[in-house]
Amino acid sequence: MRSLRIFWVFAKLGFQNEAAYRANFWVQIFESLLNVGSALTAVAIIFARTDTLAGWRAPELVALLGVYFVMYGAIQIVISPSLTKFMEDVRSGSLDFTLVKPADAQLLVSLSEVRVWKLVDLALGLAILANGLTRIAAQVGAWQALGFGVALVAGAVTVYSFWMLLATCAFWFVRLENVLMIFWNMYQAGRWPVDVYPRWLRWTLTGLVPVALAVTVPAEALAGRLSLGNLALACAVAVALAFGSRWFWKFGLRRYSGASA
Amino acid sequence: MRFFRDLYVVFLRVAIAVELQYRASSVIWLLGVVVEPVIYLAVWSAAADAQGGEIGGFGPRDFAAYYLLLTLVNQITQGWHMWEFQYRVQQGQFAFLLLRPVHPIHGDLAENLAHKAVMQVALLPMLAALAWAFEPRFAVEPWALALFLPALALAFALRFAVEWTLALACFWTTRIMAVNQTYFAVLFFLSGRVAPVELLPSSLVWFADALPFRWMIAFPVELGLGRLTPAQAAAGFAAQALWLGVASLGLAALWPRALRRFSAVGT
Repeated sequence: MRSLRIFWVFAKLGFQNEAAYRANFWVQIFESLLNVGSALTAVAIIFARTDTLAGWRAPELVALLGVYFVMYGAIQIVISPSLTKFMEDVRSGSLDFTLVKPADAQLLVSLSEVRVWKLVDLALGLAILANGLTRIAAQVGAWQALGFGVALVAGAVTVYSFWMLLATCAFWFVRLENVLMIFWNMYQAGRWPVDVYPRWLRWTLTGLVPVALAVTVPAEALAGRLSLGNLALACAVAVALAFGSRWFWKFGLRRYSGASA
Repeated sequence: MRFFRDLYVVFLRVAIAVELQYRASSVIWLLGVVVEPVIYLAVWSAAADAQGGEIGGFGPRDFAAYYLLLTLVNQITQGWHMWEFQYRVQQGQFAFLLLRPVHPIHGDLAENLAHKAVMQVALLPMLAALAWAFEPRFAVEPWALALFLPALALAFALRFAVEWTLALACFWTTRIMAVNQTYFAVLFFLSGRVAPVELLPSSLVWFADALPFRWMIAFPVELGLGRLTPAQAAAGFAAQALWLGVASLGLAALWPRALRRFSAVGT
């Protein structure tokens, strides 16, 4: 409950900060529409030439794109800005101010910056997810919906924990922007189900960068092609990464000696 | 002439030294160059598999040849000035560039060429590894292969001129981001990156032929792979020359106006 209240405070702060730059809202809408429009056009171009792609049909791919943009929005709204700020704070020493606050430090650094305009990505993602869903509604039963919900939460936890692991490295290494660049480069591969990639790439996308777990697995649940075993595996990875990143964070924090005077 | 030769020797030497300093960033930038073609290569190969092994004359191994060559052409022709100009204006770097007694485009061109030359050391092994993984099938057409390098050089000149000219927009607007993203979205669809142009829906093919984007990337690739008839190749060179002329005229006309709009602020 307390963490929700903290999130709410940061969200309000984020809104107040960005409300000063209202024109950015329109720029954001333009960019997001362009982004989503491009992704949908690419699907249309490819499905003008084929009716299935590695077993996926067009509406299922639209739903997958919806999941992709929902995850993308979630990362862009809070995970990426907060943790990028955290890495910067380690370098500048202002992390010390966060550490003396009477709340869990991991929670604080994970929520410290909220980019409200990026809600547009999330909203557009939900819209095309809904669009894809209505076209495959007949094949989505209660079990698929439940599996989707579980897989989506597991995917979000996996992505967050993965970012947390990366960010924690800032205690040891100063320049991590390059590593984040790698993440974003690989993340765009998630616009397509990982089944289309050759095996070595599929393993990279699942193991090194958890794109498959974040996007393909939830969409597979909707398309009714996710086995219970894989769902359990995705959940196990999410739980393991959540605890692992928590442990790593505490380990890093113990090593942190402060940089300010 | 001598002046320009000496100028470029100095520019290239500096640019290569800078390039060698930021090796890690460059290699990661290269990863960004390779990821997108590999994605569409995989997607189209999967589509070809779903259609019984072939789409419009392209099998998975033809797609592999197409996208591997496209990766190289895209890397060689690409520039980053549309992003860089915004930074230059905001940070006031233009003031310094304009103090030099030569047009700033020369420094940019030298920097671009140096980056491309140095990056081949990493890109070519990467492409070789991808070739090993995707087993491309190249059909060699001697006359077309001989014309590949001229087409590539023209494509580079065309893309450089167009992007440098569009980048000048930042003298008029501070929201250059929207201009850039629109350009890159159109480029993505019409330059043969989302799909080989012949596989696009016919309405898009018309735009691809009429606008300069196809001639910046897709044309040298199609030519090098021997997919064009001599008549198509000639039309392609004509389109490249035409658009290069248009872009150069635009650049010549816009640059003095942009300079007049420029006013430096700062120290």
